[in-house]
Amino acid sequence: MYFKLLTYLGRFKKQAILAPLAVIGEVALEIYIPFLMAKIIDTGIAQRDISFIVRTGLLMIGAAIVSLLCGAAGARLAAVASAGFAMQIRNAVFGKIQDFSFYNIDRFSTASLITRLTTDITFIQNAFMMVLRALVRSPIMLVCATMMAVRINADLSIVFFVAIPFLGISLAVMSTMAHKHFLKMFSKYDAMNSSIQEMLIAVRVVKAFVREKFENKKFNDSATDLRDAQKRAEKIVIFNMPLMNFSMEACLICIVWFGGNFIIQGKMQTGELFSFLTYIGMILTSLMMISFVFIGIVISQASIRRIYEVLNETPDIADTGKDGLDLKDGSVVFDNVSFSYSKKAENLTLKNVSFRIESGQTVGIIGATGSSKTTLVQLIPRLYDVFSGRVVVGGHDVREYHLPVLRSAVSMVLQNNLLFSGTIAENLRWGDETASDLEVRQMTQAAQADDFVLNFPDGYNTVLGQGGVNVSGGQKQRLCIARALLRKPKILILDDSTSAVDTATDRKIREAFKNQLKETTKIIIAQRVSSIMDADKIIVLDQGEISGIGTHEELMKTNAIYKDVFMSQQKGVA
Amino acid sequence: MAKGAINPRSAGRKVERPANAFKTLLRILKYMLPYKIQLIFVVAAVFGAAISRVAVTYLLKPAVNIYIVPMIGRQDPDLSGFSRLVLIMTLIAGIGVLCTYLFNRLMLNVVTGTMRQVRVDMFTHMQRLPIKFFDTHTHGSVMSLYTNDVDTLREMISMSLPHMLLSLTTVVSIFIMMIVLSPLLTVLVIVVLMLMLITIRCVASKSSKYFSKQQQALSVVNGYIEEMAEGTKVVKVFCREEKVKQKFRECNETLFHQASNANTFANILMPIIGNLSYLLFAATSMLGGYLAVIGRVDLGTIAAFLQYTRNFSMPVSQISMQLNAILSALAGAERIFKFLDEPVESDYGYVGLVNAEISKDGTIAEVPYRTGKWAWKHPHHDKTLSYTPLKGDVVFEHVVFGYEPEKIVLNDISLEAKAGQKIAFVGSTGAGKTTITNLINRFYDLRHGKIRYDGININKIKKDDLRRSLSMVLQDTHLFTGTVMENIRYGKLDATDEEVYHAAKLANADSFISSLPQGYDTVLTADGVNLSQGQRQLIAIARAAIANPPVLILDEATSSIDTRTEALIEQGMNTLMKGRTVFVIAHRLSTVRNADKIVVLEHGKIIETGTHDELIKLKKRYYQLYTGLFELS
Repeated sequence: MYFKLLTYLGRFKKQAILAPLAVIGEVALEIYIPFLMAKIIDTGIAQRDISFIVRTGLLMIGAAIVSLLCGAAGARLAAVASAGFAMQIRNAVFGKIQDFSFYNIDRFSTASLITRLTTDITFIQNAFMMVLRALVRSPIMLVCATMMAVRINADLSIVFFVAIPFLGISLAVMSTMAHKHFLKMFSKYDAMNSSIQEMLIAVRVVKAFVREKFENKKFNDSATDLRDAQKRAEKIVIFNMPLMNFSMEACLICIVWFGGNFIIQGKMQTGELFSFLTYIGMILTSLMMISFVFIGIVISQASIRRIYEVLNETPDIADTGKDGLDLKDGSVVFDNVSFSYSKKAENLTLKNVSFRIESGQTVGIIGATGSSKTTLVQLIPRLYDVFSGRVVVGGHDVREYHLPVLRSAVSMVLQNNLLFSGTIAENLRWGDETASDLEVRQMTQAAQADDFVLNFPDGYNTVLGQGGVNVSGGQKQRLCIARALLRKPKILILDDSTSAVDTATDRKIREAFKNQLKETTKIIIAQRVSSIMDADKIIVLDQGEISGIGTHEELMKTNAIYKDVFMSQQKGVA
Repeated sequence: MAKGAINPRSAGRKVERPANAFKTLLRILKYMLPYKIQLIFVVAAVFGAAISRVAVTYLLKPAVNIYIVPMIGRQDPDLSGFSRLVLIMTLIAGIGVLCTYLFNRLMLNVVTGTMRQVRVDMFTHMQRLPIKFFDTHTHGSVMSLYTNDVDTLREMISMSLPHMLLSLTTVVSIFIMMIVLSPLLTVLVIVVLMLMLITIRCVASKSSKYFSKQQQALSVVNGYIEEMAEGTKVVKVFCREEKVKQKFRECNETLFHQASNANTFANILMPIIGNLSYLLFAATSMLGGYLAVIGRVDLGTIAAFLQYTRNFSMPVSQISMQLNAILSALAGAERIFKFLDEPVESDYGYVGLVNAEISKDGTIAEVPYRTGKWAWKHPHHDKTLSYTPLKGDVVFEHVVFGYEPEKIVLNDISLEAKAGQKIAFVGSTGAGKTTITNLINRFYDLRHGKIRYDGININKIKKDDLRRSLSMVLQDTHLFTGTVMENIRYGKLDATDEEVYHAAKLANADSFISSLPQGYDTVLTADGVNLSQGQRQLIAIARAAIANPPVLILDEATSSIDTRTEALIEQGMNTLMKGRTVFVIAHRLSTVRNADKIVVLEHGKIIETGTHDELIKLKKRYYQLYTGLFELS
């Protein structure tokens, strides 16, 4: 999994290879320095050779400077490589999400996609940087310093061969023991945070029912739980530092005692003892670093897995279109169509739906919540693929068109529609980037949005916040309609897109459609019967099946559901 | 020790400066006051750990000078002195290790306990904040106090503070020992130390500059990600995938440049300090060697000194790194304390709500048990008490209100609701309908005018008791994580199961609840996502019903409910409204027709009041709304 991810390095491969090399250079020199120091003492001082001392000393200083340069280069290269790596993964994941079909999008929640693109990738970036530097540095340091020690005095280096496994095993045992407690702690932490979040959302309910004390008590319990869980987990981790200290001091004392004895017996020189003392720090700290890196990798594992979930998701709608094929008109035919979100026959959302819409007709779709109105229209621009049957648009099965061809001919105003940050004009030009100002205004006029846009101080240059927050619900819906109209589609689909618009304006929009979009097929989903009463054809859906098709007059006579809905709404509207 | 090796968040965090570091630090210490005895032990243990480390190294000098070098080549060396020394070293080292464990363990108690207290204080305080606070602060910013700021504070107390102390003690005692060992070599150390400090300062200032740039680029990328993740379906419908990808690649490229610069400076500090310490090591060996040859220092001194130079750079770089962490944590702590200092809801009320026994002649007696009857207990200046029965009369007298000083939302509102009447508010979004209802329960305080409840100015009523006498069903129904039973019981904590069933039946919710897999014990997830909007509304109605208050405020359901559920809700609401004073915010005009009084609001003013028939006859705004000539947005 880790290695596969590395293929995303792309143009940062060079840095990713050079960074460890620089680190290796740094380590080699660092290990060389104490070795030279031993020479100063054992040769220079012993033979009172000042020029040797100076020469070797200058060599050491030179080594330290080169090592510094290597270290700095390594730092830079690792930073570039890991930031670049993160960028490439981010691009890949983002691009993948753009290629998702609606089916794929439904499987991931928006919040989870955002976390993957932000937090998870940051985790991976940091883990990668650590791998490039620490994971190269520490093992090499460990091995080389130990080898140096063996070379200087094999007998004395036995101290390290005892200390390394001791510390290594202790660290490993400790982190495995702590891991399980930490998982528990994190779940308590999440629980506490979600109770805070809940309180923030429900603050009015809590206050209205005077439940502050009740909530405080609940929170107190979860905060106490968290404290206890944290204590249990960290009780193990705090052995880290004393353990490290213990190993260091034990090595130091052993080396002084045995080394001292070796020197007395003439088996070793004083300077060599000094260099041994320096290697203690190098060896044991690298061991510690290795354990940290492994913890880091384990932490990033979950993030990598979550990234792969996105990258491995295959977009379930493939562009199977034939070149050069275009929609010849705005006709829509459903031929015995069934559909299931879970792609299982026992779980059908639409069952054997068949109907025909001629080009240029206005068609209303009505039905209770959950009757699959939205599902039905989403099949037309092939946002989902049918389970069985055929959707024929403009004379061909939707699967025969290239997706961009199909979707630019079928313009759809979604139920929960969004505007993006940017000016109103920029938002509208999503429909057609090349549209002239005049065209933009014509379409906003048709959508009955021109008046209120001009009433804003900055008119069409009014900047909308994220999600189009600074316009009212009704205004937003009308802007979304204008945006869809700018595509000059052959088929226009409105999915409950005027629910926040008052009846009078709703009527004006429909009149504009009738006059200006004669050629366009208009499919309108509505809650209000009044919005679709005068359509050429009305489709009544009930639990995924067609309960009736006809004009208002026909349905009033033949369809009980339609009549019910109509009557219940008439009660309110005088 | 090797701290900062894994902290994924630190890469994305910029170094912040607290406004008043000292004051904040004192306040944090005040929080730790209950643990003062443990803290004294912590400080002592830290000193012990640092000094023992330095002492063991110092003993290298006599080991080499007295027990090793003079013995070299002896046929029969006397090792008894040497072994005694090693024993002493072992003892001191043992104490050091023990001290290290001790301060870590004690700090764990202090930190977890302090953090618990901070969190509980924050939560308790949050409960007492006025609604206005929640209007002006996003959930995200409040959550970040509990997560980011409390976390950095925890890290600071548990890691940075003791380590800072440890590093400082180590540096100071090493420094003293160095002077004792060789003043001449110490001069060399001071020079290199200066070099180190200058480099650290230089790198740190560059690093914080690049980090804030990275932060900016990161927020652009994250903002774009958020917006496009929300809008993926729209992007697809408009075939904008390639355009969006292109724009993302551009933002991402900028982020890459800033991130690689910021991380370069973050990474570079360690190798620089580490290698400067090697430089020092090299220079010391050279100078020490020279001094030894001319007989100014002995070998043992060089051994101890070299060991000190190695042990010196670690704490210096620790201090420099911890300093940034401490500053960010203090800035976070400052935000936490600012939150804790936010003024709480003011409550000068003294009229309380009590259980009452009302005798046939109308006299009211306060009783300690539930009677189902309530009275306002009104203490007077002359220490006498009077009781008024709780009925549900609400009167507005020339009420003026605005959320912000310069903007008036409600202007000169006067109206009267007699006990048992139904009052409906009609008007566009922003006309002030919801605001009026929020004034009755004192979510906000009036600027001018008065609201009287059963003849008592609501400012004189204890807030909790006032709210207990009202029940609300809000437009955005919020249910809590827990069972259906618990959610309904939220209206009356001591309600029996029977009472819950009764309330659910009253609200027309019983039938669908019974059909849920676990019935009343079905666990609702956060925000009740496993129920439909209409079902959640029904549970909220049951919750209001079980509280059984004389005054009810209803913010009507949204348009996204289908007609069948709507009929159910309407029935539920109607039973609930019987015999109570009701304020309804109506989005659907069909539900207001039978109101005793319809109040039409526009721009914070009452423009029409009357019954349905009266207002239709008037042929003004209500008539226009009703006949669909005017948009309600």
